[in-house]
Amino acid sequence: MPLVFAGVVSHGPGITGRYEQADKELREALYQKFYRLGAELKEARPDALIVVAAEHFANFFMDNMPAYAMGMAEYYEGPIEDEQWLGIKRRKIPGNAELSGLIVEKLLRHFDLAYSQEWQFDHGIMVPLNFLTPEYDVPIIPVNINCQGPPLTPLARAYDFGRELGRICAALPERIAIVGTGGISHWPATPDSGRINEPWDREFLERWLSNDRAALTSYSDEETYLAAGQGGFEIRTFIAVSGATEGCTGELYFYAPIPIFAVGCTVARVNLPH
Amino acid sequence: MSLYYVQKLLYQLNRDPHTRSRYDSELDALLADYDLDEKELAAIRQADIGLLYIMGVNGQLLMHYAAQRGFAWDEYIAAMRAALAEHGDVRAGLYATIDGKGAA
Repeated sequence: MPLVFAGVVSHGPGITGRYEQADKELREALYQKFYRLGAELKEARPDALIVVAAEHFANFFMDNMPAYAMGMAEYYEGPIEDEQWLGIKRRKIPGNAELSGLIVEKLLRHFDLAYSQEWQFDHGIMVPLNFLTPEYDVPIIPVNINCQGPPLTPLARAYDFGRELGRICAALPERIAIVGTGGISHWPATPDSGRINEPWDREFLERWLSNDRAALTSYSDEETYLAAGQGGFEIRTFIAVSGATEGCTGELYFYAPIPIFAVGCTVARVNLPH
Repeated sequence: MSLYYVQKLLYQLNRDPHTRSRYDSELDALLADYDLDEKELAAIRQADIGLLYIMGVNGQLLMHYAAQRGFAWDEYIAAMRAALAEHGDVRAGLYATIDGKGAA
């Protein structure tokens, strides 16, 4: 059946790990929207949640870096980071190996993605789950798009990957939800941490909210880096969700630069037709 | 320069408890497993976070190594800023390849 839910969120580790250093009012406003999205996700009664993430050298490294990878395990573990550093306790997270395997098999007809049966989630997935499925009771199907170690997959390819993923899910009987997590502009873990290009973010969000494929995929990596930092490469995850929900507009629940979280914090949902 | 192996060491330290244990108990033997030059070995032995940043180590790897070596977040950021002032621009890796300096 068609995707039952789709959205995008930020995942900066500071959102949970440095929460006490943020403006309390702003932080709570963000958390409230995160939880709202989580409540709506729950209402959609998903059998599985695909999380399109941009992990940060936790499982994939330059010795053998896949442009696209999907988890295919019975369970996952996370966070890989220090629990105190991230503010999230380590745990097992359920997967669905059979459903993952089916999706991988169908995706391979068009995309040469890697699969993984052992995957330790980093903050890129754990921070969203901490808010969206805090009981960790929804089977997760993780997807990684390499956004850290160039050369990177073209933006148009990320859109088309998402489109194919959406088509495959629509043909399956399971109720599947999808959430993308990433950027937008940020310079994480560098001397410029906390720098956020709000105008660039808002322009990107306009493109994302209107699901404008041509506009979303028109950035070059060089201009993204210069205007939006290396964290800007993570727009691929948002763009993949756009592909999975082609033709649908979005609704912005929250956007605000929160420098101690090192990102323009974003929570948004796709308006699916049903 | 063997930036790749510096980063590989940090990648494995970040994800593998056994590698962290070897770091504490047999650092020389652990470092011998990686193709590192003298400057890189010194920077790692001294946990010179700022210099590792200047050498081009990606922050997504470096921030965890810094935390392991006891750097609070603000100390980690300060170490990189101080290194930029002391050593100049980032020399290799992602931060140097596009804008050639590594910080605004």
